[in-house]
Amino acid sequence: MIDCLYFAWVRERIGLPRERVETSAATVMELVEELRAREPRYAAAFEDISALRVAIDQELADFDAALAGAREVAFFPPMTGG
Amino acid sequence: MSVRVQSARFDAGAELNAFSAGLGNAGAVVSFTGVVRDRDQGGMVAMEIEHYPGMTEAAIAKILAEAEARWDLVRALVIHRHGRLEIGEPIMMVATASRHRVAAFEAAEFLMDYLKSRAPFWKKEIGAGDAAWVAAKDEDEDALGRWSPKKD
Repeated sequence: MIDCLYFAWVRERIGLPRERVETSAATVMELVEELRAREPRYAAAFEDISALRVAIDQELADFDAALAGAREVAFFPPMTGG
Repeated sequence: MSVRVQSARFDAGAELNAFSAGLGNAGAVVSFTGVVRDRDQGGMVAMEIEHYPGMTEAAIAKILAEAEARWDLVRALVIHRHGRLEIGEPIMMVATASRHRVAAFEAAEFLMDYLKSRAPFWKKEIGAGDAAWVAAKDEDEDALGRWSPKKD
């Protein structure tokens, strides 16, 4: 089980801020593929991976990063702090 | 070194005075305050800032630690707000103190560059009948390049 968190327009497109996902995905990209296949709103949120960033257990990561041992995976657009 | 992530408004002047008190051998204080501004086309009502509780504090602490490793800072402060903010309100503030000014200026710029693109905040501009997420700018990402270790 992995907690998936969604922020900003990713959250809005999917329609919820977080959920527990039953998955055996080995990498972030595999998890994305599983989510995309669920429903159109997920496909819409994950349509363009280059417009997204990902964090594994609150550390920025790449989409090809392994998920072994991960508890929390967050998806969000590029950050706009400051 | 101090990090504060909060929804409450803060008084940038009072913060700067408190920051500047009792600095010992620091002769330079640099501060930057980011303020909610209206959109260029006008008509903005408020700004909403979403963040990632937990990661936000950790990411800012990591950025501050990197600044401390690069410059000889006597003191550093980052305050960043989230939630709904009105035009004119302070969004965030960075302050740095060092013995001489170059370190304080450079560290403050470094902190600002990294907070823009590496701290998990997302700004949304709220208009009277519309709302739009602020898009990240390529130039903000490019700005990080100037802090990369020099390559031969």
